[in-house]
Amino acid sequence: MSCSRMENKILGYVDGRLKESERLEMEKHVSTCAACRVRVNEFRAVNVLLDELPVIEPSAAFDIRMHARVAAEPVKQSWWAWFAPSPRVVLAAAMLLLATVWVGSRTSTVDPLSASDIDKINQNMQVLENYDVISDFAPLSELPPPVQADDASDTSSNQTM
Amino acid sequence: MLDVKAGDEQSFTLLLHRYRRPLINFLYRMVRNREQAEDLAQEVFIRVYRAREDYVPSAKFTTWLFRIATNLALNSVRDNRYQRMEISLDAPVTVDAEDGEEKALDVTEQHPNIEQHLVEEGRRKMIRHAIDKLPEKQRAAVLLHKYQELDYGEISKILQCSESALKSLLFRAYETLRVELAPLVAQQARQ
Repeated sequence: MSCSRMENKILGYVDGRLKESERLEMEKHVSTCAACRVRVNEFRAVNVLLDELPVIEPSAAFDIRMHARVAAEPVKQSWWAWFAPSPRVVLAAAMLLLATVWVGSRTSTVDPLSASDIDKINQNMQVLENYDVISDFAPLSELPPPVQADDASDTSSNQTM
Repeated sequence: MLDVKAGDEQSFTLLLHRYRRPLINFLYRMVRNREQAEDLAQEVFIRVYRAREDYVPSAKFTTWLFRIATNLALNSVRDNRYQRMEISLDAPVTVDAEDGEEKALDVTEQHPNIEQHLVEEGRRKMIRHAIDKLPEKQRAAVLLHKYQELDYGEISKILQCSESALKSLLFRAYETLRVELAPLVAQQARQ
């Protein structure tokens, strides 16, 4: 193993994270290379020095603040929750259904036409059809306005003369 | 986390108690400000809580947790750097002035030998400053490797780089630390 190849493995060797085969390879190299041996020792020393930094504890207010923040988070509703029936919606739907059934039952109690009524309609059918034709008959709308009563008497006296 | 996803609030509390300490320490060593570290830790947990329903256990929970934390810390460090550049025009801020932990130790720790205490405190300060001087990504790699004891695979996922790139990153970081801490390293190596 060359010194440059050692670079990526030296730290793993120092903290014991290398595979057994890699560790043996490193040990073989370190035993023959004085520069790498020094570097391994110095990395070990750095590793020990880093342990000297004290560990801090969370402040007493941390948990209180954290729980308050979590409690203030809005409740997230799932997409399916949109379909879940709320009591108010169920009540409104039931009322609407009842009202529909009630109105439907009222209209069905209206008396059907009697046979004599049907006969009367049939007799007057001709008049009704004529009325439909006359009401939409265009030439009738173009007729001159009706003649006044005075004009009518003049014309009758002229005829007598 | 799967219990939290299922709506078990108690499991979230357990998660909080298990991870708050390592998370706050990691963030504190990243941003060098205790109050800010706690604020960031809260932000991490809130993001976890918000994302609980979408959580897919494709990676380890710690990987996911520290990835959120690392991204927040890196952003915060960058923001702080710009803020410091602006502030320093009027009133320069020293590292000691913002180091609450150091002051607390001075006041609370009743050391039998004041000289020894000062020596130890000097060593700690030197180590802290050496870590602070590392580029942010190298610092995050060292902290995750050394203090969280995550494996290379996890750290490379958190830092979004390959394992070989991570090993190279760590090697360069340790090289820098070796040089920065040379007097202490020599002393330690002799022991």
